[in-house]
Amino acid sequence: MVFLNFFISGISLGSIYAIIALGYTMVYGIAKMLNFAHGDVIMVGAYVCFYAIARYNLPPVLGVLIAMLLCTFLGIIVERLAYKPLRQAPSLAVLITAIGVSYFLQNAALLLWSSNPKVFPSIIGRGAYKLFDGALSVSHVTVLTIVTCLVIMIVLSLFINKTRLGKAMRACSEDKSAAQLMGINVNATISLTFAIGSGLAAVAGALLCSAYPTLMPTTGSLPGIKAFTAAVFGGIGSIPGAFLGGLMLGVIEIFAKAYISSQLSDAVVFAVLIIVLLVKPAGLLGKQVTEKV
Amino acid sequence: MKKIFVCTALVLALAGSAFGAPFKIGGTAPLTGGAAIYGIAARNGAQIAVDEINAAGGDITFELRYEDDTHDAEKAVNAYNALKDWGMQVSLGSVTSKPCEATAAENFADRIFALTPSASSAAVTDGKDNVFQMCFVDPNQGSASAQYIAEKKLATKVAVIWKNDDVYSKGIRDTFIEKAPTLGLEIVSDMTFADGNDTDFSVQLTDAQTKGAELVFLPMYYQPASLILAQAQGMGYAPKWFGVDGMDGILTMEGFDKSLAEGVMLLTPFNADSTDPKTVAFVAEYKKRFNEIPNQFAADGYDCVYAYKQALENAKANPDQDADEICPLMIEQFTHMVFNGVTGENVRWSANGEVTKDPKGMVIQNGAYVGLD
Repeated sequence: MVFLNFFISGISLGSIYAIIALGYTMVYGIAKMLNFAHGDVIMVGAYVCFYAIARYNLPPVLGVLIAMLLCTFLGIIVERLAYKPLRQAPSLAVLITAIGVSYFLQNAALLLWSSNPKVFPSIIGRGAYKLFDGALSVSHVTVLTIVTCLVIMIVLSLFINKTRLGKAMRACSEDKSAAQLMGINVNATISLTFAIGSGLAAVAGALLCSAYPTLMPTTGSLPGIKAFTAAVFGGIGSIPGAFLGGLMLGVIEIFAKAYISSQLSDAVVFAVLIIVLLVKPAGLLGKQVTEKV
Repeated sequence: MKKIFVCTALVLALAGSAFGAPFKIGGTAPLTGGAAIYGIAARNGAQIAVDEINAAGGDITFELRYEDDTHDAEKAVNAYNALKDWGMQVSLGSVTSKPCEATAAENFADRIFALTPSASSAAVTDGKDNVFQMCFVDPNQGSASAQYIAEKKLATKVAVIWKNDDVYSKGIRDTFIEKAPTLGLEIVSDMTFADGNDTDFSVQLTDAQTKGAELVFLPMYYQPASLILAQAQGMGYAPKWFGVDGMDGILTMEGFDKSLAEGVMLLTPFNADSTDPKTVAFVAEYKKRFNEIPNQFAADGYDCVYAYKQALENAKANPDQDADEICPLMIEQFTHMVFNGVTGENVRWSANGEVTKDPKGMVIQNGAYVGLD
């Protein structure tokens, strides 16, 4: 029973990683860039949600919607100002810029909202489903997170595979200049990707802070790194991979803490990552792409 | 007319330098970044003390300057150098332990006296005759907590959850673990977390629960502690909770459900709800200026400036003296004087720079701190 409880804790933690990883992986899959500021957009989303719910007493759903709107807007602005001018620059320059944006957002949050940690009001309460006479409990937030993850995953896959815009995104991901020659507006497509990714970040922020209710300007950065790891684990660029990678990372982390050593849990997690990447360099569900020279 | 004006100004300036000129007092602190809450609080506390002292218009006045170190040792040394170039005569070291270990070494080499408000690791003062602490050194908090738990018979089976990438948390935990068995306490569970996995505590709490811990000792800051309390409630585990000075601040977290902290005990040198007139005045002024209740860091910053005032007065120091002339005077004063501040009465320092003052046992009842004993 203790084992199952740990497993559920792992799934709870993993579902949070998964929902953050979805945003990472989508942006990477299409724009081919690691948006290290993703974790900080999550933090901004969580703050917006916090103010909407706790200060202005709006219903949680409305709070999340406002956060999504503002984050989408933020994503577009960041993309326009920081990434768009670097479209032709080497990917390293874009990566460094993303790190800069990440610091910028964190410090702007410090100025705006101060460094005092805030306690986030859960968007769906702190209840839990009790199973086996209460021996096991699965919190509502966990269930909501997993359902949200699945819904986002399915909608994203459908969008990318079935719509014209999705087709344009896939084309840009495959070959930007060829896509341009075919009459696709590459800039607009990449901006759209960022807008969607940032909107998803707001949802992730609300769920992250509902599950683990403290909110600071640095709230997004470490879960962001872990989620990035999860995305690599599952195969970066692959949407189901992000989901799988996130869940597995959470479960491995909790089991490592429980059965190996609480001091070594991160070491174990990253050791597993290294082994997976040695065996399957593209990650669990990643596509193996052979480069033509 | 112009000449007379210049002469008067000159005379005033000369007179000023002999009597009313301020002592330059400087420190580094995380004013931005994740640890900014501590740095800003300490700076604000020190600023209030400086303004009060200057407004009172005695012989001793101060000019305070804080530089940002973002809780980074390398930046702290740069910030320290900027303060040294500015002409800092006495130093407030750094606010957090890791940067302060770096700046304290500079203080020692440059012979600039330092009194840190809150850098509590033992390495800050170790082997440096001119670096002193206003807060308890970490090991003392660990042994004081163990002693308190044993003396008050709060529990015999104890669990510890600590943060293993934090010198503060580790320092307290190490001495606690060492001291506890000698006092008849049994450590049944000893679990850690670190930056990056400080969100989920189900494993640590399950371990403590299954091993029958009656009390969980939490040597950490209040932010992870608030998550631990919430998760323990979620799993229906209700041991006694015992924290250290880092727990102070949990009640002022915006949106925190105070019922979670009901019954949490902690040892802390500062209590913002105290009725002591000095504390009441300080808390009122802090609230007026910054719209917050001061935490222990603010109180430490405030006390540091007043301790300097007392020491400089006693030593009859002169603002024209250089830092290295003031340094031996301060060492002499701080090893002999007794100071009364908002973080304790009868505060004394040993020659190695560690402070002795009585920690106050507090318990949280109905959402407020109440003194134990």
